[in-house]
Amino acid sequence: MANNETFRTCPRTGLQFHDSAEMLMKANAVVGVVFLLLGGVLALLIGLTKWPDVHLLPADSFYLVLTAHGLDMLVFWIIFFEIAVLYFCSSTLLRCRLATPRMAWLAFALMLIGAVTTNVAIFQGNSSVMMTSYVPMQAHPSFYLGLILFAVGALIGCFVFFGTLVIAKAEKTYQGSVPLVTFGAVTAAIIAVFTIASGAIILIPTFLWSVGYIKTIDPLMYRVIWWAFGHSSQQINVAAHIAVWYAIAAIVFGAKPMSERVSRTAFLLYIFFLQLASAHHILADPGISSEWKVFNTSYAMYLAVLASMIHGLTIPGAIEVAQREKGFTKGLFEWLRKAPWGNPVFSGMFISLIGFGFLGGISGVMMGTEQLNLIIHNTIYVPGHFHATVVIGTTLAFMALTYFLIPVLFRREIMFPGLAKWQPYLFGFGMYVFALVMMGAGTLGVPRRHWDMSFLGAAMPYEFPGSAYLLMSLVGISAVVAVIGGGAYILVTVSSIFLGKKLDAGVISNKPTPVVTPVSAAISGHGSLGIAGFAAPGTFVLAMVFLVAFVLYYFINWKYLSQVWGLS
Amino acid sequence: MVEDTNSVPNDSEERVPIMQQILDNPFLLLFIGVAMPTVFYIVWGVMEIVTIPIAK
Repeated sequence: MANNETFRTCPRTGLQFHDSAEMLMKANAVVGVVFLLLGGVLALLIGLTKWPDVHLLPADSFYLVLTAHGLDMLVFWIIFFEIAVLYFCSSTLLRCRLATPRMAWLAFALMLIGAVTTNVAIFQGNSSVMMTSYVPMQAHPSFYLGLILFAVGALIGCFVFFGTLVIAKAEKTYQGSVPLVTFGAVTAAIIAVFTIASGAIILIPTFLWSVGYIKTIDPLMYRVIWWAFGHSSQQINVAAHIAVWYAIAAIVFGAKPMSERVSRTAFLLYIFFLQLASAHHILADPGISSEWKVFNTSYAMYLAVLASMIHGLTIPGAIEVAQREKGFTKGLFEWLRKAPWGNPVFSGMFISLIGFGFLGGISGVMMGTEQLNLIIHNTIYVPGHFHATVVIGTTLAFMALTYFLIPVLFRREIMFPGLAKWQPYLFGFGMYVFALVMMGAGTLGVPRRHWDMSFLGAAMPYEFPGSAYLLMSLVGISAVVAVIGGGAYILVTVSSIFLGKKLDAGVISNKPTPVVTPVSAAISGHGSLGIAGFAAPGTFVLAMVFLVAFVLYYFINWKYLSQVWGLS
Repeated sequence: MVEDTNSVPNDSEERVPIMQQILDNPFLLLFIGVAMPTVFYIVWGVMEIVTIPIAK
């Protein structure tokens, strides 16, 4: 170990930050938030265009903005922040130095250059091919090159994470297994490696095609392999934000997992099966067999869904157990009523968890069913679903974590605490409505990408019912509310980081120390290894409500399918 | 030869269950996590596409 490395122990939590890791976490998180800001501005423009009475942008600008919004939000914001989370879950939670900080800076530089290159290509106006960039639509070569550079950087970041795990084990900075939160990050990093490799497999030949070295790219081949990148990148998010949920349950409540075995097995199910859910994008494509579709979506995906339901049960269950131990034992839900709803770290996490499960989870299973998928394929239902998973699930969880990291990592007091208190509600409930009305409009057949739902001047026009226009107006209104909530997050975080009152840095030493205080003990400790009994009755009731909603919605869609597509 | 009656294994020498050994090995998990979707999603899917007859 080099002698000039230092470790800072946070006086508020006991967490320990390796100086190089700390700088890298800050850099990745800050750049991620810059892309969130850019993507948020673009989201407002899209929302105001999708609102039929406003219809702000002309067609060419709309497709340009939609391309930039998709990539800035779904790829750049989230993966920059996830790299920060990976470094936190390895170096900080395992109390060890980060492996190869120079390689980590190289990764950061490649990601930044790649993200900027792709954005420049898009805003120059000759790469409005949407996030999916389906061939034979062709973008400027720098569009693909930027994505490849970003992917290589992110891949290096993942291997820095794995290297840090090796260092922690070799230097014996932890006992037994890695903490559950770190295990969740391991799951995210594994999915990331597959995702990025798939991106390289398809984007490198597509880049060569764009510069003229390859004559043609088969559209079906492109779609199948691209979705191994495009959808799996959202599965990195799922594993990462669930790790963040476990972390926040530990931070706010000192909650330990109800059963480490069950939670780790659920993450293992993700490692086995979660990436296979990419297949649901191909369900309406000819040329691929039903066996491939049914195995990858129904059989494999349902095992990953089972894992999500386990996490959705064990995380609130762990919170309930921790709350009941503190004396909130009255009735089924005193533990929940008396939870710190004014603390954005908790409220953001809980709104994220409920929205991800009820809106994103249930709609995802419906979409992943081959027959039902035909009802909503390529409609605006699909963005309704993934805004529930990625924006409510991942972005809101990361926002909640930021409120914890500002005093701990950035050593600043949070500015505008009143606004911070309300921000998760404004953003979260704005997005709840946004996702719901999008799914409603999609069920009525409103297309996902088309600039003009009225198809004005089209050779074969189609008139949607008035309710579809109403729902699309609500999409616009709720988008504005959510963007205001997102703006509040940017205002609070940016002003806190740059103008907030400086906090005590804590003790700095030249080697990791085994000091453990309540927060660091909870976040890096281990819970019960057995299977908990009926220790969380309130959570059990919530799970039953979820199950009933799930079953009802699933069968309502079968009923709906029978009406759309009569057999007699 | 007298058997050593004091050789009771302590906790640190306790055998780690096989499942825990798997879960504690990130590189084995990385292999599984990459191999599974590569075989069932990409290789299987690509094989189906390349075996589609070319239109005449």
